[in-house]
Amino acid sequence: MCGIVGLFLKDKSLEPQLGALLTDMLITMTDRGPDSAGIAIYGAEQDGLAKLTIQSDAPDDDFATLAADLSTALGVSVDLHRKDSHAVVILPAGQAAAARAVIAGRPGQIRVMSDGNAIEIYKEVGLPQDVAARFALSKMAGTHGIGHTRMATESAVTTQGAHPFSTGPDQCLVHNGSLSNHNNLRRKLRRDGVRIESENDTEVGAAYLTWKMQNGATLGEALEASLTDLDGFFTFVVGTKEGFGVVRDPIACKPAVLAETDQYVAFGSEYRAMVGLPGIEAARVWEPEPATVYFWSH
Amino acid sequence: MQQIDLATTPLREMNETLQAQTGADNQTAWEILNPRGSHAVACGLDAPIEVTVRGHTGYYCAGMNKQAAIHVTGSVGPGVAENMMSGTVVIDGDASQYAGATGRGGLLVIKGNASSRCGISMKGIDIVVHGNIGHMSAFMAQVGNLVVCGDAGEALGDSLYEARLFVRGSVKSLGSDCIEKEMRPEHLAILADLLERAGSDAKPEEFRRYGSARKLYTFDIDNAAAY
Repeated sequence: MCGIVGLFLKDKSLEPQLGALLTDMLITMTDRGPDSAGIAIYGAEQDGLAKLTIQSDAPDDDFATLAADLSTALGVSVDLHRKDSHAVVILPAGQAAAARAVIAGRPGQIRVMSDGNAIEIYKEVGLPQDVAARFALSKMAGTHGIGHTRMATESAVTTQGAHPFSTGPDQCLVHNGSLSNHNNLRRKLRRDGVRIESENDTEVGAAYLTWKMQNGATLGEALEASLTDLDGFFTFVVGTKEGFGVVRDPIACKPAVLAETDQYVAFGSEYRAMVGLPGIEAARVWEPEPATVYFWSH
Repeated sequence: MQQIDLATTPLREMNETLQAQTGADNQTAWEILNPRGSHAVACGLDAPIEVTVRGHTGYYCAGMNKQAAIHVTGSVGPGVAENMMSGTVVIDGDASQYAGATGRGGLLVIKGNASSRCGISMKGIDIVVHGNIGHMSAFMAQVGNLVVCGDAGEALGDSLYEARLFVRGSVKSLGSDCIEKEMRPEHLAILADLLERAGSDAKPEEFRRYGSARKLYTFDIDNAAAY
């Protein structure tokens, strides 16, 4: 069991409240996943700049001189905004891969959670309300976001095993369920040069979608293909810079509820997660069909 | 009319209050406000009382119901009226997966759609769905009637025993050992009664009947020792 929440805003006036709305949804899903929690939030994109969200178990040491070191190594200006164990590194677009290489070559344990123009990912082990408080998630603004509360089954309870997973620029995935062919698929994808960092089944799902899209598929096509190539149980919610999508495996035993109003599209593992949203009483509420791809974009 | 507001009353207290009713006094009509997707709303009731739940509920609403008439004005999550013994449960909206699972008696009416596994392992319950039902519905259904005014999803009635399935619309596919059967006058009478009690104006003649071919290994006496 895990909990998933997602919120895609159509009404720009709600954007300053995105973090607050998502945080409430996330905390409501605590009893579906009290191990760890995470959120991917899209917003605050700036032309010509890229963002890397990084995490460290020893941020005081690892982040101290990082911005200056990156700036020297890459010959560009670099900003770093720390949030607890995470930090957002802002640098000129096109420098993300070089920055990853510099970070990988440093001593310490910095993990890159995401890179892209709009995405930031925050995830940690602990109760959702504690994780949300550490990063002040409720203060964040944005256009859309996805959250996950984890009850681990396929890999250990670690920061790295928490969701969302990002395996491509501005892409992320959260998952309720378990994949059974992830070991085989991980080997295959790694042989094709796809970056997979954990032993977690969901990361393989995310990497699979990224790999499909690198080979020319649209997100919709990649999700369709996942129905054939992934074996196991899944309700996936995926995020891209433009929007978010939902797909469930054909057996569809993992729950999913969607709600739509003129102001937003919301996803919840249960309707309970959405009861605090404005105008939810008048929303169209339905259960997404099995083996059917849903997607909303700006 | 007695009211319980779940915005101010704990869920357990609400269920304990309803479960303590005997139907012997004049408090026979109850209204539950602000369910806000809560799980296990109005579960384990055992008295001839009427309960109206105003809004959407989560998992296992009206589970194990006996005697009570429960009406939900919104949609319900997975496992509504699971293992119902008697009484009626009416859902104005949609129902999520395994609605009426293992039910032994009573009538479950879903005015919207029901998703996958509706009536799985039903053991005597009657279920009427005004809309459509999802895949694997009536899987291993043993006794009772499942009436679908709309369409049925894949693998309807897989490994069916003695339950009767009536579908007005299309059936995406039949499950293992489920076949279409002749509609006889006694079936039309059963259907007419259920449709009337469920508030549907569908005509019994518009339905097709499906049931077990009784060809699976479980029906072969030579396999009896295996179980």
